[in-house]
Amino acid sequence: MDIHEYQAKELLSEFGVPVPRGGLAYSPEQATYRAREIGGEKWVVKAQIHSGARGKAGGIRVCGTDREIWDAADDLLGRKLVTHQTGPRGKIVYRLYVEKATAFEQEIYLGLVLDRKSERVMVVASAAGGMEIEEISASEPDSILRVSVDPAVGLRDFQAREIAFGLGLEPSQVGQMTQILIGCFRAFSDLDATMVEINPLVVGLDGHLVALDAKMTFDDNALFRLPRISELRDKSQEDVRETYAADRGLSYVGLDGHIGCIINGAGLAMATMDMIQIEGGEPANFLDIGGGASPERVVKAFKAVLADDKVEALLVNIFAGINRCDWVAEGVVQAVRELDLTIPLVVRLSGTHVEEGRRILAESGLQILVADTLADAARKAVGAWRGLSAAA
Amino acid sequence: MAILLTETTKVLVQGFTGRIGTFHAQEMIDYGTRVVGGVTPGKGGETHLDRPVFNTVRGAVEETGAEASIVFVPPPFAADSIMEAADAGIRYCVCITDGIPAQDMMRVKRYMRRYRAENRMILAGPNCAGTISPGKAMMGIMPGHIYQPGRVGIVGRSGTLGYEAASQMKELGIGVSTSVGIGGDPINGSSFKDILELFEADPDTDAVMMIGEIGGPQEAEAAAFVRDHMTKPVVAYVAGLSAPKGRRMGHAGAIISAFGESAQEKVEILKEAGVTVAPNPAALGQTVAEVLSTCRTAA
Repeated sequence: MDIHEYQAKELLSEFGVPVPRGGLAYSPEQATYRAREIGGEKWVVKAQIHSGARGKAGGIRVCGTDREIWDAADDLLGRKLVTHQTGPRGKIVYRLYVEKATAFEQEIYLGLVLDRKSERVMVVASAAGGMEIEEISASEPDSILRVSVDPAVGLRDFQAREIAFGLGLEPSQVGQMTQILIGCFRAFSDLDATMVEINPLVVGLDGHLVALDAKMTFDDNALFRLPRISELRDKSQEDVRETYAADRGLSYVGLDGHIGCIINGAGLAMATMDMIQIEGGEPANFLDIGGGASPERVVKAFKAVLADDKVEALLVNIFAGINRCDWVAEGVVQAVRELDLTIPLVVRLSGTHVEEGRRILAESGLQILVADTLADAARKAVGAWRGLSAAA
Repeated sequence: MAILLTETTKVLVQGFTGRIGTFHAQEMIDYGTRVVGGVTPGKGGETHLDRPVFNTVRGAVEETGAEASIVFVPPPFAADSIMEAADAGIRYCVCITDGIPAQDMMRVKRYMRRYRAENRMILAGPNCAGTISPGKAMMGIMPGHIYQPGRVGIVGRSGTLGYEAASQMKELGIGVSTSVGIGGDPINGSSFKDILELFEADPDTDAVMMIGEIGGPQEAEAAAFVRDHMTKPVVAYVAGLSAPKGRRMGHAGAIISAFGESAQEKVEILKEAGVTVAPNPAALGQTVAEVLSTCRTAA
């Protein structure tokens, strides 16, 4: 789960990470009021969307007057920002964060992430922070400092000092940097984060380190023990199709093709999508119906997939182990009747109670194309979709 | 022989008396698995499915001599159950539970390193379908009847795609020595390489089918092992060639990710290491058949 910059800053500041003064705004009036409350002569109005690279997309505005703040807020609210992290659909700005502008002499990159290779938290830092960090890490990988944290003892002071000195900080700043690093690690560990990132962490003209931006992502599997983090969820930043499915316990990812997919297991789902593509079609979605799918759950899966009006054919591929083909078949029949399905439907059932499942489909008298194998299923689904698009 | 699990392996069920644990324990017993008891804290002394229930894994191991355990404990408590098994002297643990927090698994892996390599428990999963040595025993949630006994090992992340492989092989009359699910989670117990090592040493396995997917470094690591240490043929498939680039937040993931994490890159790395890669997921069985017949001709 992702959260906004202002939420990440609030959390990190509780762990001792210094952040500039700032406040949230939902309207131009609130934005100008916030700026006056904060004081000073220069402010930054920042679009709050779940993405980095907002600066390049025009989501960060530096303002010197009430008028400029008003105009920036008015322009940003309701606007859709597209960055390379949001995907082409972009994200809409509903909240702004107004912050005191900080003059600085250096930008540092700081990231903590769960590294699958070492199976540990990895701290990544660079003296060349800012907007071009990915390019720098690709062109000069040796300029990136990396430290792996032993989960038994956590990030040690000496490791934090090694990073601080490695970044070339002044001795007076090393203590600040150590405190920030240890704070970030504690936040990561205590809050079950999968990513904490400060980019940039700046060295101000006064020599103090301040986090100008902050991002945090949390482990969905750990949300059960993090009620406070769950409350920070902002559904306006999620794909509506995915939110609908997730709220019903289905794992769904919306794509741009025309063949809707309902499959059990992530691996088989990906393999089926690969097969559809090999047969010349494009999947409209990834959907893993999971284990123990009841007929009701199958109906919900149909609704989630059909909520996308680009779907012109449907493929159900179930290899039941923990699932039962007869339950899935009952769900399919129920869904077709309840939703008055008019597009072609291909169903392939295999595994536990398969005979029973096939019998239910056959006896329903409904227009269902039954497939025996994975290849057969993909071919029939693409064929049915082609037939349809040729007729149209 | 087979690896990790045979008809003589004494198996415990952790989370024995719960709804899911009960259902699958019964299936395992029906398949012929030597289930010697189960663990549910607070229900020690009771009898369930005609087998004794214990409060602790340690107590169960002392009484029954269990060597293996399967975990059906819910996600908030599953990591603790795995550590309990490791501490009680269990040699092989399969964790079925899906949804364990990643940092819990990080701690499990660190905890298991307390034990010397020769005493260390082997963990498969979490979030896997389990392990089956067809015709002998099953520790998992798979439909046992789709596996024909034989001499090809299967190792895969995905449960249902593993079923697909086994049933395609059965269609062609190819049997399985052991099938091991290693699970789809970012941090898991055994890697592809760990299981390939066991298959390479197993006299009853002639070839291995390896089913990978996008993300993570384990397929690339396995490719290096195949290139340097395997004498048996390996057939692979990597799911997710059509998957779009994921949306993400921040740069940290991109900075630490290395070459070899996309499906296409994994296919290239595996091919270079001498692995035969199935062209599509409907040709898993066919590709194994071709590789086996080439070996026979060569021999």
